[in-house]
Amino acid sequence: MTKLIFEKHGKGKNKFRVPDFGVKDNDVIPDKFKNSSVDLPDVNEVDVVRHYTNLSSLNFGVDRAMYPLGSCTMKHNPRINEKISSLMQFSALHPMCGDTLSQGALQVIHELSVYLSAITGMSAFSLAPAAGSHGELTGVMIIKKYFEEIGEKRDKIIIPDSAHGTNPASVAMCGFKILEAPSNQEGDVDLDKLSGMIDGSVAAMMLTSPNTLGLFDRNILKISEMLHANGSVFYADGANLNAVIGTARMKDMGFDIMHINLHKTFSTPHGGGGPGSGPVGVVEKFVKYLPVPFVREEGGKYALDYNRPDSIGRVHSFYGNFLVALKSYAYIRTLGPEGIRDISRISVLNANYLRSRLMKEFNLPINRTCMHEFVLNDKDIPNHVTTNDLAKRLLDYGYHAPTVYFPLLIPGAMMIEPTETEGKDSLDEFVDAMIKIKKEASDNPEIILGAPHTTPVRRVDAVAAARNPILKWQE
Amino acid sequence: MSYISITEDEIKIMLGEIGVDSIDDLFADIPKSIRPDKKPDLPSPLSEQELSFHIGNLAEKNRIHTSFIGAGSYNHYIPAAVDHLSSRSEFFTAYTPYQPEVSQGTLAVIFEFQTMICKLTGMDVANASMYDGATSVAESVLMSIRANKKNKVLISRTVHPHYRDVLKTYCWASGIGYLEADFSDGSSPSDDLKKKLDNDVSAVVVQNPNFFGVIEDIDEIASLTHGNNSNLIVTVNEPVSLGLLKNPGNSGADIVCGDAQAFGNPMGFGGPILGFISAKKEFLRMMPGRLTGKTTDLDGKTCYVLTLQTREQHIRRERATSNICSNQALCALRSVIYLSIVGPRLRELADLNHRMASYLKARLSEKGFTPVFERPFFNEIVMRHKTADKLDHWLKDLGYIPGLYLGGHYKELKDCVLFCATEMTSKSDIDNFIKHI
Repeated sequence: MTKLIFEKHGKGKNKFRVPDFGVKDNDVIPDKFKNSSVDLPDVNEVDVVRHYTNLSSLNFGVDRAMYPLGSCTMKHNPRINEKISSLMQFSALHPMCGDTLSQGALQVIHELSVYLSAITGMSAFSLAPAAGSHGELTGVMIIKKYFEEIGEKRDKIIIPDSAHGTNPASVAMCGFKILEAPSNQEGDVDLDKLSGMIDGSVAAMMLTSPNTLGLFDRNILKISEMLHANGSVFYADGANLNAVIGTARMKDMGFDIMHINLHKTFSTPHGGGGPGSGPVGVVEKFVKYLPVPFVREEGGKYALDYNRPDSIGRVHSFYGNFLVALKSYAYIRTLGPEGIRDISRISVLNANYLRSRLMKEFNLPINRTCMHEFVLNDKDIPNHVTTNDLAKRLLDYGYHAPTVYFPLLIPGAMMIEPTETEGKDSLDEFVDAMIKIKKEASDNPEIILGAPHTTPVRRVDAVAAARNPILKWQE
Repeated sequence: MSYISITEDEIKIMLGEIGVDSIDDLFADIPKSIRPDKKPDLPSPLSEQELSFHIGNLAEKNRIHTSFIGAGSYNHYIPAAVDHLSSRSEFFTAYTPYQPEVSQGTLAVIFEFQTMICKLTGMDVANASMYDGATSVAESVLMSIRANKKNKVLISRTVHPHYRDVLKTYCWASGIGYLEADFSDGSSPSDDLKKKLDNDVSAVVVQNPNFFGVIEDIDEIASLTHGNNSNLIVTVNEPVSLGLLKNPGNSGADIVCGDAQAFGNPMGFGGPILGFISAKKEFLRMMPGRLTGKTTDLDGKTCYVLTLQTREQHIRRERATSNICSNQALCALRSVIYLSIVGPRLRELADLNHRMASYLKARLSEKGFTPVFERPFFNEIVMRHKTADKLDHWLKDLGYIPGLYLGGHYKELKDCVLFCATEMTSKSDIDNFIKHI
């Protein structure tokens, strides 16, 4: 059983030394404002180092093996980028030190925005949003601001049934109602039904492109035309940008506003759930609404511009997750134009290769050429072995599981995204593992139903955790 | 340079397996008209060595001076073990712990983080972290509104101006009434606050220590707020203060949020930093973001798992308690390691911070600076001087960031500077700085 740091506590173990500068207190804080002690674990550095080293060994990361978690783009995290972001001149830079002392950082923000514009066709980006969903929220705020400015009352936003849950949640936070657009049998948005929804109350449509089935909507230009003819805004959730980066631009697909997940497409590590970064980009007519401050360049000098009267306002304490942005900047400079295009070419190749091999053994509900990911389900697995069982058994084989039970419109969905950084051997080994599991399902289903067996803990009782929530350690 | 290992020969084999002639064929669903045979307009690729050199040059364009500025981003010593342990790739190359059987490291860390935040704030529940302090305030207000169904927030002008700006943005977007209350002698309880505290106010928001470094009388504000049936939200932007000051929960706060960057995370030009949110237990099911809970596995072994997910966007979609998906897990890891290394000595450290600020105040007074507010303070202090707006300009050339000029944020404080001292501004740093004034 894993102990927590609190369980290593022992009075007097901590030998951390606080410096003594021999300075007296001339301004004594009244006792009524003070505590009497601090309740933190009393442990020594050696306890701390062993404890967190041991905890780390219970985790699975990209550095171990393929992490085919669909829509999360778990690619390799280049080490040089980690080193760069820890350079003292960036890491010790105070956010309010002023423009003259932070020219290097401001240049990085400006140039990364320019690169993201080149990649997507958008006119400008703000790096302020700290995560993808934060980028979405910022994007929806821009939509709201735009219609306020032009004096049109539009209170609905269309979201396809295949969308990530963050889309409707972000839209609801800005007071819009949601219209759900159904997908057709082939995984595209149902055009007839969509056209029946579009009227004067529709502010926008949000679409993940390619969509969460890993498919590129073949009617994208028609959808964009229908929306624009209605005066509506077309918003791209860029979660799946890896599929098209360097091959096609969001602007050319007809999108007006988008966000990017730097922690997916641009290789910054996910950190066990963050920090991410969710820059939001817009076409020309929405640039004035971007959050403040905006980094402006003039004659090789960079400045934080607050004088933007039409801006939606501030969305972050400072300028977003700068050190994350710095890693993406380094990544783009490393790859260059060809390397950036190869991301989409090889991630789509890898996904289709896996799809072609796995569809021989597993049910592929929508049989089309996929983009960077594809969705299988558990229909063809014998003995009632489910997607969840298979996911748990994959852990025994040394893989992370795919994204499971999403998108919601495919029952028992397994969404598999290999990314471009998996080699062919690695893809083949994954296919072998999947085939072995299927064989186990018919020969020895118990081994799957009881999986995982080799992980630090066995199958976890999530229901009990929710029924009786224990959310902090108590003696 | 690239991180793709697939070779040309392998591409041929793979295309054969797929049954297409070229990679281009795989993109046939994208209309040809928007699939130009043109690479993006980006600079040429660099080798790792060239990249290091290039970034090194950019880094040199920043200047790291001896700094007396705090204002929501604090320079504290980071013990070596923090960098070392948080650089373990098992931690930083993992995703959100969706598969708990292979994520016990991250989950245990989040559980420890939730526990430490609760201990320090005096609250019952804390989540896995938020983007930053400013959005933690905005999300706290949204949570208060979900709880008591009132639709207005009253925030003290002693809260960080950036935080107020972000809250204003969120309130506009969500259709929530936003009101600011004036301060009195640098602290929140004021006639203006009492006047504006009416039945529609869902929550009162104050910062402690406030933006001016002043220690607020949270007990007094809590009784005012509760007397009006509103929730008290306290944001703590300099959490080292919790080593010395009474925790806000003990003083009657209902929700305590803020930024824990100061616990082991570098300033990093403002991000990533580490928002947190904690509250009394009645807010549990209204909390935004991720929560980790304790449970057991099939063999009865204690373990941890993401829980109460029916609050969250991926299940509840537009009816979720928030749109949050990512948190700042790696920053939370750093803070947990930091708090384990420093441990109970956080009190000594906080006391040192206060003493350094007291010393800085005394030395500045010798140079004709006068304290603006007659209030107890933690490690920041507002000082008035006729040269306030020029200090920055003079001292930057000498290698100092003298503090934050307040004229841009408060028109009534146009001859004032907000100074900060921490354990990183030693006695000799302060003495040398004073010589230049």
